[in-house]
Amino acid sequence: MNKVVTIDEAVSHIKDGMTVMVGGFLSCGTPHKLMDALVKNGVKNLTIICNDSGYPESGVGKLIVNRQVKTLYASHIGTNSETGRQMNSKELEVHLIPQGTLAERIRIAGAGLGGFLTPTGVGTIVEEGKQKIEIDGKVYLLELPLKADAALILGHKVDKKGNIAYRGATRNFNTIMATAADLVIVEAENLVEVGEIDQNDVVTPGLFIDYIAFGGEN
Amino acid sequence: MDRSEIKSLIARRVAKELKDGDVINLGIGLPTMVANYIPHDMDITFHSENGFIGLGSVPESGMEDKDIVNAGGQFATVKKGGVFFDSAVSFGIIRGGHVDATVLGALQVDQEGNLANWMIPGKIVPGMGGAMDLVVGAKKVIVAMEHTAKGSPKILKKCSLPLTAAREVDLIVTEMGVIEVTKEGLVLKEINPEFTIDEIKSVTEAELIIPEDLKEMEI
Repeated sequence: MNKVVTIDEAVSHIKDGMTVMVGGFLSCGTPHKLMDALVKNGVKNLTIICNDSGYPESGVGKLIVNRQVKTLYASHIGTNSETGRQMNSKELEVHLIPQGTLAERIRIAGAGLGGFLTPTGVGTIVEEGKQKIEIDGKVYLLELPLKADAALILGHKVDKKGNIAYRGATRNFNTIMATAADLVIVEAENLVEVGEIDQNDVVTPGLFIDYIAFGGEN
Repeated sequence: MDRSEIKSLIARRVAKELKDGDVINLGIGLPTMVANYIPHDMDITFHSENGFIGLGSVPESGMEDKDIVNAGGQFATVKKGGVFFDSAVSFGIIRGGHVDATVLGALQVDQEGNLANWMIPGKIVPGMGGAMDLVVGAKKVIVAMEHTAKGSPKILKKCSLPLTAAREVDLIVTEMGVIEVTKEGLVLKEINPEFTIDEIKSVTEAELIIPEDLKEMEI
């Protein structure tokens, strides 16, 4: 089965109104070529799940500036003034989630779990509308899994089965998002033959990956 | 003292709270400066919540690596022995109590140890990022901040802004002194000799308990 596609072909699977996870942390480890292709093809009304909304000129922030996002789930939006502006003018619906809770909600979705209990957010506005459960005298919030129609992630070295090795601090949300969406597309910075990545260095097994988007060497 | 002197004084004092072998997470801004005052013979591991331990100094110009940034998105370096992981592991480290201390700034902190540092409704809503998890999960929570916001108190009887976490702050370090959060209330443990107790009280809304063994601030 051939998983390797062009960048444009990869983003053609993202349709108006879909819920899309995007890997990266303040643009580090973000699949930038996929973001640029989404801006170019103009798909609209997206629900984006991402750690942050990047910068106006970089990362997922470009989609917000280009008004392609209807709803955003993120832990931080402070580095992109356009996100705040659209939120205040009610053009964009923003759900702020503590970073660890966001990561774990994605992780458990991919791991087939129905929820988890976290002390984070107890006594703050984060607890509003959530079930509180006491275990051994300590209060936790019940947080539910977060899934998506598609996940767009970045891999430093990707083989043709979709096995991924990451570089530096780029793992962030990429590893967990790979497990939590119906359709998973990895942008390969480097595409290699099967066997070229040492088996001990693979972090994301290729079984999670549907398409490998490769736009040529940088 | 001008503001940069105030900030470095606070950072210098916070550095004295850290112990050899500690794993520490520093917030953005003033807390980041704490790393400049760690004695060379002390082994401190800095945790960067975007996905590694072993955070080092700022890279030299021209040596930046696009794949290595700190939790503020700025180019960073990783020391020998540093390790990368994903966000789920990173926050497992945080919530699981494997971070010895976190140092953060505050908009407000109150006498019950409540902390508000993530939003001003209707004005600034940057998001909480990792702060809520850090304050709940770290073994020790140190607030490092200027004592007032342009003269108006930040150490209050009760926070009026949305909380980051309830009853989690352990220590408050400002340019005026060091304040411990206890069950009895806020105890002024150390005082900067440039200020009098009355001066500190006049810019602190919360009740301050003055112990008999009040010390001069270690700086």
